[in-house]
Amino acid sequence: MKWEVVIGLETHAQLQTKSKIFCGASTAFGAEPNTQADAVSLALPGVLPVLNREAVVCAIKFGLAIGAHITDRSVFARKNYFYPDLPKGYQISQMDLPVVAGGAITINVDGADKVVNLTRAHLEEDAGKSLHEDFHGKSGIDLNRAGTPLLEIVSEPDMRSAAEAVAYAKKLHELVQWIGICDGNMQEGSFRCDANVSVRRPGEPYGTRREIKNLNSFRFLEQAINYEVQWQINEIEEGRKIQQATVLFDPDTGETRMMRSKEDAHDYRYFPDPDLLPVEITEAWKAEVKAGMPELPQVMQQRFTGEYGLSAYDAGIITSSREMAQYFLDAVAAAGTANAKLCANWIQGELAARLNREERSIADAPIKPAQLAGIVQRIVDNTISNKIGRDVFDALWNGEGKDADAVIEAKGLKQITDTGAIEAIIDEVLAANSKSVEEFRAGKDKAFNALVGQAMKATKGKANPQQVNDLLKKKLGA
Amino acid sequence: MSDLINASLSELSAALAAKQVSSVELSTLFLDRIEKLNPIVNAYVTVDRARTLAQAAEMDARRAKGETGPLLGIPFGHKDIFCTEGWLTTCGSKMLSNFVSPYDATVVSKLKQAGVVTLGKLNMDEFAMGSSNETSYFGPVKNPWDTKRVPGGSSGGSAAAIAARLAPAVTGTDTGGSIRQPAALCGLTGLKPTYGVCSRYGMIAFASSLDQAGPMAKSAEDCALMLNAMAGFDERDSTSLQRETEDYTRDLNKPLNGLRIGLPREFFGEGMSADVRAKVEEALDQYRKLGATTIEVSLPNSGLSVPAYYVIAPAEASSNLSRFDGVRYGYRAPEYGNLDDMYAKTRAQGFGPEVKRRILIGTYVLSHGYYDAYYLQAQKIRRLIAADFVEAFKSCDVIMGPASPDTAFAFGEKSGDPVKMYLSDIYTISTNLAGLPGMSVPCGFGDHHLPVGLQIIGNYFEEAKMLNVAHQYQQVTNWHREMPAGI
Repeated sequence: MKWEVVIGLETHAQLQTKSKIFCGASTAFGAEPNTQADAVSLALPGVLPVLNREAVVCAIKFGLAIGAHITDRSVFARKNYFYPDLPKGYQISQMDLPVVAGGAITINVDGADKVVNLTRAHLEEDAGKSLHEDFHGKSGIDLNRAGTPLLEIVSEPDMRSAAEAVAYAKKLHELVQWIGICDGNMQEGSFRCDANVSVRRPGEPYGTRREIKNLNSFRFLEQAINYEVQWQINEIEEGRKIQQATVLFDPDTGETRMMRSKEDAHDYRYFPDPDLLPVEITEAWKAEVKAGMPELPQVMQQRFTGEYGLSAYDAGIITSSREMAQYFLDAVAAAGTANAKLCANWIQGELAARLNREERSIADAPIKPAQLAGIVQRIVDNTISNKIGRDVFDALWNGEGKDADAVIEAKGLKQITDTGAIEAIIDEVLAANSKSVEEFRAGKDKAFNALVGQAMKATKGKANPQQVNDLLKKKLGA
Repeated sequence: MSDLINASLSELSAALAAKQVSSVELSTLFLDRIEKLNPIVNAYVTVDRARTLAQAAEMDARRAKGETGPLLGIPFGHKDIFCTEGWLTTCGSKMLSNFVSPYDATVVSKLKQAGVVTLGKLNMDEFAMGSSNETSYFGPVKNPWDTKRVPGGSSGGSAAAIAARLAPAVTGTDTGGSIRQPAALCGLTGLKPTYGVCSRYGMIAFASSLDQAGPMAKSAEDCALMLNAMAGFDERDSTSLQRETEDYTRDLNKPLNGLRIGLPREFFGEGMSADVRAKVEEALDQYRKLGATTIEVSLPNSGLSVPAYYVIAPAEASSNLSRFDGVRYGYRAPEYGNLDDMYAKTRAQGFGPEVKRRILIGTYVLSHGYYDAYYLQAQKIRRLIAADFVEAFKSCDVIMGPASPDTAFAFGEKSGDPVKMYLSDIYTISTNLAGLPGMSVPCGFGDHHLPVGLQIIGNYFEEAKMLNVAHQYQQVTNWHREMPAGI
């Protein structure tokens, strides 16, 4: 390997609090500009910040979920810079004592587990938005978003490819939604990543990094990193040095371009915010937060492999969202633990595909867990075949019948398992397809499959496929 | 009516309660004086007779409905650092020369609830940065005792308004001495409470960890009545303290027998002018006559207070004043090119030289590579200074000394030399750094018949004790009743 890629991510997750981090204004998305900008959001002279306790709870939840150290005395600091959508001329953030320190997330790329360590996660406020269209050469400022709570999650430079970076970002995205601190809506900017990318020869110290700002989709994250990596390698191979810089990714061209160089970098002049007291996080508070948290995905994943015999891969997919995991648990409760694996297959297979096609979330799937369990049970007890199961699934999806049994009954989909009946059908098929029979006898195995197909067709798929196979073999003396 | 201009708050309250005067009449009395005398003193930057009289009428109506209260219907002036709904709130700066506040500062709304009428907004050093009121965009305030001299600062307009009897009482703020030094120079009583006693919400921030609102009036008793209305926890200020409500007048008649007065060696060395020293010594003699004893204490790090203050205060100010960027309110340069140019021109034109100096100092000390050497070091000194006081208060009940090294100085005397000006607050700054309460009480007249202020420093939350210490002195002296002859 000629070049090693080194990637670290800084992720901003917008926290799901009702009000802003330092005032009572609403955080709801999509309101008319500046209707959610109160005196504090506007940074009127004399106003002061007051910390929203719920934002701290979110940060504690995250810290607990990644096995991090929760700082017992956390401090807010001012990050000073001028920008029109930053009303105070500084952002309240955290510097030396963030709420969350350390922790790790395990990702799986190409079947192999890999641990990505986290540096820290700190609370801060979002800025407003500058609007450059529709103002006849001027800019508009919307301060609705100013003061929205963010958790900035900083990873160590532990990732070695764009694929790993995407896997990490997806895992993080799943986790913050799982623990209910972020809605994960990337289009609305609730979850966005900055990627620090550098390349080096294996064994050498880290190369100079460039930071790609504000990537709000996994696809852009991957494209931007891959482009950037190739660009850096080309630069070095052509004898140029990488200069530290902040770059932007242009999704239209697929390229990154420089926003500012190190020379233009701000000196943010961080210092502890004298308007806010340090936040004391006691053991009791942590315990209270922990008690209110759902079972974590990694814990549930282990339980699913242990108790239900799922493969690690399947358990990983089933625990990619809390809704899917709950769907699975409800289905297993109805179908029986012995059928857990089949339930998982159906959820990942038919259900996931259908949801994906119709762009629906699992929460509003027309088929409820108990209904899916009904299909699984009828397959297991040989009432229907797997294939007919999919027809039942379609019928239930379209609201034809209250459960699998009703659909099977109404449509006459019950599998034919009567040996006599199947034999009669096979006899007819053999009589009508003498050419295939001859071919089979001449050694063409494919002809056998054609005969099975004919028999299934004659029963409208209702014959037990295994029985058809066995009986046909017997008749043909194979 | 004319004796009302010299009356104490309790006398005014009694007159209002007895229907000898209405709030509208009392307010009119002061508005008329302002109209006549403000052109000389320049204490007020904004007066709005109609608005004041409407408020006064409202207070009269509240009284007519049966409401009572020690401040109901009494008109006050507010330092123009306090946001007041519907009033221009300029902070002494061109930057906010067009800013009408849409809300009341907590201190203002608490006083309103207590029935206080707003007489107008009081001149001050720009963004409270100054010790002479010479940095105000609206011109210097004149000291009513000698109009060729400064009233002190930054609450210079507040101090001059009382000295000239243009208000019975006023609000002030004190970051490094801005209540006590002008109170000393204008011959009145002023109190900076313990940090966190009064809410800072709506008080335009200079240095957040040092700023504190407080009362300024003729007597300690008046200050106690005001503080009762001004103090209290405010959920909108995280640094305000959640404490039981206190009656700051409760100790006002306790004898001073056995009171131990600590005299810091460092306050009585060089630097204090002879006339100030003589008056402070006389005041201490008076206290001994009242039954107090004096002992020497030491504040070994107090010499570091001015340098530490001039790191911490500008650092916080440089960040606090970033919001004045011309984007949302206040002054914006009329012509500019791009965004950076808009910022640069707006702030170059909107801020005066002293404010710019402090923004530059503050930006420098917070810069990468200098932060540890300046800001962190200053914070360490700050803790040492606070520890000195803790140690000193083990052997005394209150600390006394001068409030200012000199009496009122002439315009231009120090304005050319910032360090000389900064040393005006050498005796007051350490209490802000420690967060302790401090007072200035008139204790006589020095050369040229200029007032001298005695500083009283108390332990944390001992405002009630300090107010009584001052009150007992004012029971046996008349310095606080003196009024400038020329006005």
